Amino acid sequence: MNSQMSIIAIAIMAVITFLLRGLPFIIFREKKVPAYVAYLGKYLPFSMMAMLVVYCLKSTTVMAKPYGLPELISVLVVAGLHIWKKNTVLSVIAGTACYMLLIRIW
Amino acid sequence: MKLFRYALKKTLPVMAGYIVLGTGFGLLLRVNGYGLLWALAMSVFIYAGALQYVGVSLLASGASLVSVALTALMVNARHLFYGISMIEEYKGAGVKKPYLIHGLSDETYSLVVTKDVPEGAKPHTYYFLVSFLDQCYWVLGSAIGSLLGSVIPFDMKGLDFSMTALFVTVFVEQWMKNKEHRPAIFGLLGSLICLLILGADKFVVPSMMVIIVILSILRRPIERKEKEHE
Repeated sequence: MNSQMSIIAIAIMAVITFLLRGLPFIIFREKKVPAYVAYLGKYLPFSMMAMLVVYCLKSTTVMAKPYGLPELISVLVVAGLHIWKKNTVLSVIAGTACYMLLIRIW
Repeated sequence: MKLFRYALKKTLPVMAGYIVLGTGFGLLLRVNGYGLLWALAMSVFIYAGALQYVGVSLLASGASLVSVALTALMVNARHLFYGISMIEEYKGAGVKKPYLIHGLSDETYSLVVTKDVPEGAKPHTYYFLVSFLDQCYWVLGSAIGSLLGSVIPFDMKGLDFSMTALFVTVFVEQWMKNKEHRPAIFGLLGSLICLLILGADKFVVPSMMVIIVILSILRRPIERKEKEHE
């Protein structure tokens, strides 16, 4: 893309992202939030976080070598370490280091 | 000042993740021929990790503006649901509100949704600080990456796993804090099944629909269990 097109593309991405983030606030600005929407607001985060994890791992190679093992092992390292130490920075850095190492050996 | 320190401490994990991920983004963008100003513009105005990574390839491949818009919609549709959890909290935020909305990234959402406002603090000021600090880390990371990219040829393969790791820690934390595990389990199963059937490019929006349907069906049993515990 040339510069002008790139600027337009970036503006499009920015506006759409902002609108997606803002829409619930616009829709429910005046009224009280309906009980159903409040229920979704309370429990969706749990489902969403699961989906985000799957989303991050969507391009994992499962049917051929290394059979998704680097991803699987690293996720287990992160989860295990986090249950044990409850330190996010530690879990993220250790898990990422583990993954970067594993994809280089396999 | 006390509130600033509290917010700083809360956002430390995101600082690590965002500087690393932002650096990855800045590097990637530089490799594709877009320098520092481009990295800054994208991180200030778009401020959405996954979309910015995809955005690099859109820019580099000369994608059409229609496909840019569609990709932005698909990749970021999940943000629609973040707002729902924060409607009550962000009410009355006044001039801060547009920024609170703009700042509602995956990671900021994972921090503000726990609603750990310190006692005596103004909630909106706390949320603003968290949102602003997070974006600062992201912009800083992007700048570092862009500058590094012009100096050292880096082997960054696998660095993007830090984003996955961050979400896994939030998932684990939510799991341990709550007795109700069905939304997490069905969220995982629903998106895995959609991924297997539809493939990596098309599964996000269908998964969200499946999740909403499952949660709607589960509403009665979940709310009944909620009442029993009260």
